[in-house]
Amino acid sequence: MSSSKQPPVQQLALIDCNNFYVSCERLFRPDLRNVPVVVLSNNDGCVVSRSNEAKALGVRMGQPWFECKSLVAEHGVFALSSNYALYADLSNRVMQILSEYSPRSEVYSIDECFVDLTGTPNLRELSYAMRQRVVQWTGIPVCVGIGSTKTLAKLANHVAKKHPRSQGVFNFNALTEVQKEKLMTQLPASEVWGVGRKLTKRLAEYNIHTVQDLKIAHTPTLRADFGVVIEKTQRELQEIPCVDLQEVTPDKQQIISSRSFGNMVTELPVLKDALSTFVANACAKLRAQNSQAAIIQVFLHTNRFRKDLPQYSPSLAVPLPYPTNDSLVIFRWVDALCERMYKPEYQYKKAGIMLSEISPVTHHQGDLLEEPLPAQGTLMQTLDALNKRFGRGAVKVSTQGAYSGWQMRQERRSPNYTTDWAEVPVV
Amino acid sequence: MRIDLPLPLDATTPKLWLNMCSWKVPAGFPSPAADHTQKRIDLNDHLIRNKEATFIFKVKGDSMVGAGIYEGDALVIDRSIEAKHNNIVLAVLNNEFTVKRLYKRGGVVKLVAENNLYPPIVVKSGEELSVWGVVTYNLHKLY
Repeated sequence: MSSSKQPPVQQLALIDCNNFYVSCERLFRPDLRNVPVVVLSNNDGCVVSRSNEAKALGVRMGQPWFECKSLVAEHGVFALSSNYALYADLSNRVMQILSEYSPRSEVYSIDECFVDLTGTPNLRELSYAMRQRVVQWTGIPVCVGIGSTKTLAKLANHVAKKHPRSQGVFNFNALTEVQKEKLMTQLPASEVWGVGRKLTKRLAEYNIHTVQDLKIAHTPTLRADFGVVIEKTQRELQEIPCVDLQEVTPDKQQIISSRSFGNMVTELPVLKDALSTFVANACAKLRAQNSQAAIIQVFLHTNRFRKDLPQYSPSLAVPLPYPTNDSLVIFRWVDALCERMYKPEYQYKKAGIMLSEISPVTHHQGDLLEEPLPAQGTLMQTLDALNKRFGRGAVKVSTQGAYSGWQMRQERRSPNYTTDWAEVPVV
Repeated sequence: MRIDLPLPLDATTPKLWLNMCSWKVPAGFPSPAADHTQKRIDLNDHLIRNKEATFIFKVKGDSMVGAGIYEGDALVIDRSIEAKHNNIVLAVLNNEFTVKRLYKRGGVVKLVAENNLYPPIVVKSGEELSVWGVVTYNLHKLY
């Protein structure tokens, strides 16, 4: 009865896709359903997604792939290169389905979404129905964690994932105070959102080992020694919302496009070719948010792990006379900066560009008496439309994509089943 | 006399930026069709009933020619439809994809080909059958 006076508790759900990249791959490869599967990062370097079978074999998140070779020989772990076009499409489908459950939601990452279900009757049934709908429509299994704050929703999601009895749904708000305390005493502090490995170690020095320890720790000490971020985390564990739902992604203030090369690059044309692709990607992002950039920076890196080779990591930035989002203009600057820095005696492993001082495109005041200027940006609009229609990189600026040798190593990439007509699955 | 009541402003309407027109405005007779313009038919609206749950697969083989499904055709497949008796489905049988007509009567489940060369596949107990999606349209190229 006493609770009737208080404002209604937030029912914030975090929906998280299980082993997302592996689940995407399995949708089109039923033969991989009961096999240990991993997905590798760019250039097939590290493990970034694991099936439950691969986890059971002891494959760690982020583990370098060459370390797993013995497991492959012994247990036949199946490895795939990451196929971001496929993951992005399935992610969009999942997020679209989830967004229909509430007017308030936040896509938190490619495989996580917060949905505010406050005021929804039959929350339990709804959560199971939501989970069932996502897996039926998209084939992606998800878990639902509910709490009164983002941090608790995240924690509840962890419980939903780890405990088979939850059947993929766990509502922290439905627990009694005694149950809440018992659960938090069992969970290590490292499971809390934002508590990483380093912080876990430092917290342990303060005798904070479990979530409950963190929840009841002396707040002024916590703030003084660890900062306000962890104080917010503590308040969130105490069911006081401190992190708001971010319904609209703020426009990026900085756009970076860079990549490690599949092979070392020594020649200038190949380097420029890679940079032209980065320009194309960064400028497309810039135009998608209707912004323009005023500063361009270009950087090159040799391979810092190859101590036997001479090292050189130059970086140059230039302010533009006028802010722009035109790929052609930006590429001319990038091209000049690259030539200025390039030295043929080094082997480059990575390059990239950064666009900053980003501002919205201002609308130009027309003049009634003068002939209108040739519509600015029409060429870029056409370019974006063509690339959207015929696939990324269909229409290129300058040398973009004309040379190879720098592209990502993706030796085991699956087809673009859902985004490329030529690669749709055959049955 | 008619009085228009002021309407509340919809705050959710995005800003509308008008581009400067660079073309000439014809001052002749206005098009008699201008008031009758309608949106052109969009096949997506008709072929896809659930965008989020729809996938395209291409056909290999001739087991469904009797249903007008030929090699190279593109199938529109909707995962959100509950498969019923007599639907053409994309099934997964023993971890492999196959397109067949679903027979589900009196406890008997069969995958039936539409080609006499292929006998119906009776799903035995212990065998794993799942329906991946229901085939809603076949796109067959004629030109």
